[in-house]
Amino acid sequence: MREEAHLVVEDVRKLYGEVVALDGVSLAVGATDYVVLLGPSGSGKTTLLSVIGGFAFPSAGRITIAGKDVTALGPAVRPTTTVFQDYALFPHMTVAGNVGFGLRIRGVAGTEQRRRVGAALEMVGLTGFDRRGIHELSGGQRQRVALARALVVEPQILLLDEPLGALDLNLRRQMQDELLDLQRRTGRSFVHVTHDQEEAMALASLIVVMNKGRIEDLGPPQRVYARPATRFAATFMGESTQFEGRVAERASGQCLLVETPVGHLPVTGNLEAGSQVTIILRPENIRAEAGGEIALGEARVREAVFQGAHYRVLASRQSPAQDFVLRLPPQAVIEPGMALKLSCAAGDLVLLQR
Amino acid sequence: MIGRLRWPGAGTALGALYMALCYGFIFLPVIVLVLFSFQSGDLPAPPFNGPSLRWYQAAFADGRLVDGFTNSLLVGGSSSALSVLLGFFAAYGIARYEFPLKRAIQAIVILPLAVSYLLIGMGLLVSASWLGFSPSLSTVVIGHVVVNMPLAFVICLAQLGEHQRRVEAAARDLGASTFRVLFSITAPMIAPALIAAFCLCFTLSWDETLIALLNTRFDVTLPVVILSLLRGGVSPLTNAAGSFIFLCSILLMVVVELLLLRQRR
Amino acid sequence: MRAGVSPPTAESRAQARARLAGLGFALPAVAWILLFFAAPIVIMAAYSLMPLGPDGRPGPLGLGAYETFFAESAFTAALWNSVVTTVVVVVASTLLAYPFAYGIARLVPKRWRRLALAFAILPFWTSYVVRSYAWLLALSPVGFINHALLGLHVIDHAILFAYNPQATELGFVHFFIMLNALTIYANLVQINPHYAMAARDLGASAWRCFRSITLPLSIPGIAVGAFLTIVLCIGDFVTPQILGGFRGLLLPQVVMMQIQRQLNLPMASVMSLVLTLVVALAYLAMQRWLRMARL
Repeated sequence: MREEAHLVVEDVRKLYGEVVALDGVSLAVGATDYVVLLGPSGSGKTTLLSVIGGFAFPSAGRITIAGKDVTALGPAVRPTTTVFQDYALFPHMTVAGNVGFGLRIRGVAGTEQRRRVGAALEMVGLTGFDRRGIHELSGGQRQRVALARALVVEPQILLLDEPLGALDLNLRRQMQDELLDLQRRTGRSFVHVTHDQEEAMALASLIVVMNKGRIEDLGPPQRVYARPATRFAATFMGESTQFEGRVAERASGQCLLVETPVGHLPVTGNLEAGSQVTIILRPENIRAEAGGEIALGEARVREAVFQGAHYRVLASRQSPAQDFVLRLPPQAVIEPGMALKLSCAAGDLVLLQR
Repeated sequence: MIGRLRWPGAGTALGALYMALCYGFIFLPVIVLVLFSFQSGDLPAPPFNGPSLRWYQAAFADGRLVDGFTNSLLVGGSSSALSVLLGFFAAYGIARYEFPLKRAIQAIVILPLAVSYLLIGMGLLVSASWLGFSPSLSTVVIGHVVVNMPLAFVICLAQLGEHQRRVEAAARDLGASTFRVLFSITAPMIAPALIAAFCLCFTLSWDETLIALLNTRFDVTLPVVILSLLRGGVSPLTNAAGSFIFLCSILLMVVVELLLLRQRR
Repeated sequence: MRAGVSPPTAESRAQARARLAGLGFALPAVAWILLFFAAPIVIMAAYSLMPLGPDGRPGPLGLGAYETFFAESAFTAALWNSVVTTVVVVVASTLLAYPFAYGIARLVPKRWRRLALAFAILPFWTSYVVRSYAWLLALSPVGFINHALLGLHVIDHAILFAYNPQATELGFVHFFIMLNALTIYANLVQINPHYAMAARDLGASAWRCFRSITLPLSIPGIAVGAFLTIVLCIGDFVTPQILGGFRGLLLPQVVMMQIQRQLNLPMASVMSLVLTLVVALAYLAMQRWLRMARL
């Protein structure tokens, strides 16, 4: 169930000279969504974030927050605050000075300011750090101060620009949980930029996959991972086996038969016969046994890499050539050259137009 | 060359010897200067007899030196403050905004760095004489700002990087106006560099002779006083004055060094 | 509103604001430079076209002062002296400073490096006038150097080392060794040590590695130091005045004479502009390497 849109981005374009940073981006976000803008560097995700935050103004298009057009408003007067990539803490102020800055600008002084700063620090688990200098803090602590500083002024939307990029893996996992928790407790929408698809899946209620200034796919993480809308989204969200093919015939209604190197595969879709297509299949959906719904034939193991929870297996077959990538349980006995019979379920095949 | 020597320690030993000779050469005049400032005789030459503070007392009692000292403080203080202020504003404009002719403007601001002091001093002298202004310390202040402001500009510009831009953006995001950001975030954030720039400008102004010599007549700065003292021959008085100036400069540079060190932490 | 002209968007208004703000911030500095640097030089250039006659009265407008300058052998000799002195000083101080800076960057343990550098440029902070004066003391017949040489029986009577072009060059080299050591050191420590390690790893000898890796990469530092040396050396009056005496006058000394004794500002202007022209030519010749330093 989608709630009513709170942040609406309508057909936003942004040009830097000749360079197109955003090329007609539209987006609607609910008031309690955790949105992750996901894409490689140069995809426009950070530009979109700064356009939402008011740090850059769109060359065309409109942005509304809670029904109010904010397109022409600067960052100071928007109901958004940003947590910056390197936290951008004020180096010459204490923790309390940083967190209280927005309140001082708003004329909140004295005990009220102290109370709210204390509450914000408690929320991020830094009670008692008020008088510390920024230089005395660890990376994770700085991150929390940046969060407290942005949240204390009660923005309607919190923007986060690669906030976990500078942290090591363990701390990153921990901060992911805390971010989710913070988002639930504050009941505000978060818009978070990252290039890490695992981070995106762990956090998002809505993933926006971006590439070359456009939105490639947009939806809940389960859907975007399992049934990506474009080939780019499919590759960016993770590995898959790709079958190149051609629609052989429309069997009935939405059911198509696609001619591929592994034979005719049945998929749902709405395309004319003769269309060039790609079918993708996630590694965990390939079974290394013949009993599956759809047989994919036999392939030889080229390489098997142990990855802890599973083996990542690359396999291939000749004439016609086809590569496979699949996962096998860690207790499996696999050696290069071994022959595997492969199969899958019909519902796991995803049709993409080329 | 070092690699061709037979045993590996030789290169290092040779290098160390060379460096020792360089340090010796560099320090020779300073040692002569400071040592004979404590001379008790009338000639700053061997044999050394002392130590005595006689010539320091004489220097502090010398009206010309004391006047030159205060004039130099005045010129150095005001020209450095102006240099840092103008240089900081210009660096902020260049670092933070896009505007036409930005590259040209930047080139104009740093141009005086590539020009002899003689040209700057002569330009001011000729212009002042053409406009009928008599030589004065204010012309020297103007000239020192021309010389030092580009330095302050370059130092400030180097400090206003992308990280600082995001810190400023964070302050704007929380509602601060442009000037509030400038004075309560940017300036305090790069304060160590601003102070270092001030000290550097001050020592350079304090030491500058040619512009000051060309553009003053009665009220003169300390280096000009010392230059005129030399016409009367060598005397430990000059050593005492010179050593004192040296001490002041060293103290300033220690301040700069400590500030930059603290900032790098 | 005419057709085709779209109303200002938030973007275009922000850009216009940025243009105004940027220009506004840069304006005071630019105005200062134009007013007190560029305009005076223009006025001086104009002055150089209004020569004084032999009687001290204004002569005809034109290049007369330039003709006089290049016709007067004392003037051209001073120009030549200035150029030669500068070349000698640039070459000597670069050659002496490079191994010195290299030693600080590579021989001194890392934690002592800043201190070693600070000491290497410590005398830099003595007053410029005072430094030349201190050399005068060291070089005088009763000075430290004569004292030491007499004591060691190297010489049997005191020699006047000061008041000649070599004394001027010595004073300059002393100052510019420090300056060049600073710029070269700053460049050397920026060079990634892995380059040299990679070259050694690939079998290059220490000398080969220095010649084909370190030295080419340190050219920007050398160029910046050399250019600063040219700018500061060729226009300096103090060092030649104190150490050089009146044999082999340098052009800035002649400029001062034109101002103080002859009261001939047009001729002094001509000389200053000629010196600036020499610096500009040096800049053009060195442009390629200076660009690399991204000043």
